[in-house]
Amino acid sequence: MKILTEHIDVPGIETIDVFCKHGGYQAVEKAIKKMTPDEVTEEVKKSGLRGRGGAGFPVGMKWSFLAKPEGVPRYLVCNADESEPGTFKDHYLMWKSPHTLIEGMIVSSFALGANTSYIYVRGELMYVIHILEKAIQEAYDKGYLGKNILGSGYDLDLYIQPGGGAYICGEETALLESLEGKRGNPRIKPPFPAVKGVWQCPTVVNNVESIAATSWIINHGGDSYAAIGVGRSTGTKLISASGHIRKPGVYEIPLGITVEDFIYSDEWCGGIRDGHKLKAVVAGGSSVPILSAEMILNTVDGEKRLMTYESLSDGGFATGTMLGSGGFIVMDETTCIVHNTLTFARFYHHESCGQCSPCREGTGWMDKVIYRIEHGNGRKEDIDLLVDVAKKIEGNTICPLGDAAAWPVAAAIRHFRDEFEWHIEHPELAIQPGAVYMRPGASWA
Amino acid sequence: MKVTIDNITLEVEQGTTIMQAARQIGPEIAPPAMCYYEPLKASGGKCRGCLVKVTAGSEKDPRPMPKLIPACLTQVQDGMIVENTINEEVLETRRGIVEFLLLNHPLDCPVCDQAGECHLQDFSFEHGVSNTRTAEERNTFEPTDLGPNIQLHMNRCILCYRCVYTADQITDGRVHGVMNRGDHAEISTYIGQAIDNDFSGNIIDVCPVGALTDKTYRFKSRVWFSKPVEAHCDCEKCSGQVTLWYKGDEVIRVTGRKNQWGEVKEFICNTCRFDRKKTSEWTIDGPTQISRHSVISANKYGANLIQPAFPISQAARDYKLIDDDRDRSFLTDQIKLEAKK
Repeated sequence: MKILTEHIDVPGIETIDVFCKHGGYQAVEKAIKKMTPDEVTEEVKKSGLRGRGGAGFPVGMKWSFLAKPEGVPRYLVCNADESEPGTFKDHYLMWKSPHTLIEGMIVSSFALGANTSYIYVRGELMYVIHILEKAIQEAYDKGYLGKNILGSGYDLDLYIQPGGGAYICGEETALLESLEGKRGNPRIKPPFPAVKGVWQCPTVVNNVESIAATSWIINHGGDSYAAIGVGRSTGTKLISASGHIRKPGVYEIPLGITVEDFIYSDEWCGGIRDGHKLKAVVAGGSSVPILSAEMILNTVDGEKRLMTYESLSDGGFATGTMLGSGGFIVMDETTCIVHNTLTFARFYHHESCGQCSPCREGTGWMDKVIYRIEHGNGRKEDIDLLVDVAKKIEGNTICPLGDAAAWPVAAAIRHFRDEFEWHIEHPELAIQPGAVYMRPGASWA
Repeated sequence: MKVTIDNITLEVEQGTTIMQAARQIGPEIAPPAMCYYEPLKASGGKCRGCLVKVTAGSEKDPRPMPKLIPACLTQVQDGMIVENTINEEVLETRRGIVEFLLLNHPLDCPVCDQAGECHLQDFSFEHGVSNTRTAEERNTFEPTDLGPNIQLHMNRCILCYRCVYTADQITDGRVHGVMNRGDHAEISTYIGQAIDNDFSGNIIDVCPVGALTDKTYRFKSRVWFSKPVEAHCDCEKCSGQVTLWYKGDEVIRVTGRKNQWGEVKEFICNTCRFDRKKTSEWTIDGPTQISRHSVISANKYGANLIQPAFPISQAARDYKLIDDDRDRSFLTDQIKLEAKK
């Protein structure tokens, strides 16, 4: 079942003519001509669509929280600052099929009553910005954007704002600060963006994939979207699969297939690269807890784990993880978990905005301690120190970056403590290039 | 509105924050504030030193809040129950915050002008632990001049943003700000510009640590050797309400008058602060009220009768027992390793 990527390989789909031939902009016609904004919101609510950026908050509910005071403009901001390591789905979608996003933007803006909307694109993706700019111009020429769209009296202007490439600007309030031209520091909440967002006006910030999905929902109805998937995880999800698999890439999966199926079936990842075995998986981008092979394939109750929000987080952080943004990083037995954790810790150290002290100092501290362990200078108490530092960062920061920095370190130690101990006890072995600890009797050994 | 903080209930007005309510009770209950500064709008929420536990959100919705929340920004709800000094989770988190703040902060208090009136000193004394767990090198920066009167020691900065808000809110234009990200973020001007306006000196007063220092006062004295005196003058730029700091008969420093929480009551101009250093230019109002627990009040005015709690001989004996017991065994391991290579 494909929704977003159905026509993505059609040649010329980035042009509006080809896009319209394949059913493009029908949702705009339907929504603006035949529906009221509340009906569109109701349809999205019915679909059960959940935010695809990482937190998984229901999109329809987010829209209904938007404050609607008289005489104050409202804004829709599309978060295309995708910078989570391991995630590259929005990039792929915008590059291949820019009109899918623009159509979704028009429908969503109409539902929210926004007359100005922004797409905040990561600065590194300059060529994607050019593609989007061209697509927006085409939409203006066809009358899908601008004044009096399709003779309905509804106006919409769509702007693209390139970011500077900071990870923190993917956090919604930091994104709004950056959009306003300020330093991208997260704001202190409350007030939430739904009340005071960009230019102090009510704002909804949604991920590219969430917005793109709304046009299909309008075309086919919320109920048919909700029919796909399992339980509260409805619809399809773009998964960016990377790492030691045969076929890395972006896959659109119906939520609810098993993790085992996703990794090993030829339709998706095609299994682990030749002659190797699955060791660990980071299921939703670098921020979510890493899980070992047996934990990612089966829940603690022995059931097969599914690719859904609920199933992946089954068991809490003790044995579970999160679907997150869908950055599915697969590691085989040649991966050193300590080295991998160092890479993640280094990233968060580099990307912490420095506004609040636990994250500013804690991320740097964790990075330095793991660096020492990785380079053979670890101390016995370092492991407990890392756990304690992670615990003191988690939940005590302004924005979720602190949590995102603490979780991967805490989870790596929770599930691969023996590997850290081996580094500390046998530094002379651990500093050899490519040295990896092999757990006795491990399924990947 | 009724709020209970550490089992003490009081009535406050709507819109009061937990911090303000706790300050009404007294300094024993008030959470520490490293970045929050009441006279500056939008300050606070950054140091996380004032995190408190809310065990009941309000009368209507008595559920506890899942996370610790910053007392300086959260408004009181009717019937809210807050735990500050009686909650172990809060105290443990605060120990962590002290540790984080000291991670890259040099322990150069013996040569720092702020020592004795430093909020970080108080914070770590009250909430920190005595040992250190870090073996990492601190991030360092070169001291820089911000104009003729102010020197910046970025090493000591805890990025509270108070000086940024001060420049935004009480001067005509801000020329300094925070550059870079994370623990390599620094206060700086663009590019090497001087901070030059009539009220720039106030960023020294608001700085909770010794990062911004008064060049006319640097290394002249220790705070506890000088006597603070309230004085005023007719100044056309500011209120002229200041504190003069005397060493003998000489005015060695002029600052704004500060309240119990170390917050400036009225911001003063640079002429008063840097140029009026003669007693004849001021009308003296009387000695400044200093808390008897403050180091500034020690050995002054003959009125302080605090005696050391233990005899000097015992102190001398204990001094020998205090030893640096940090585990440095890993350092020898490293040497061994390098020798092997």
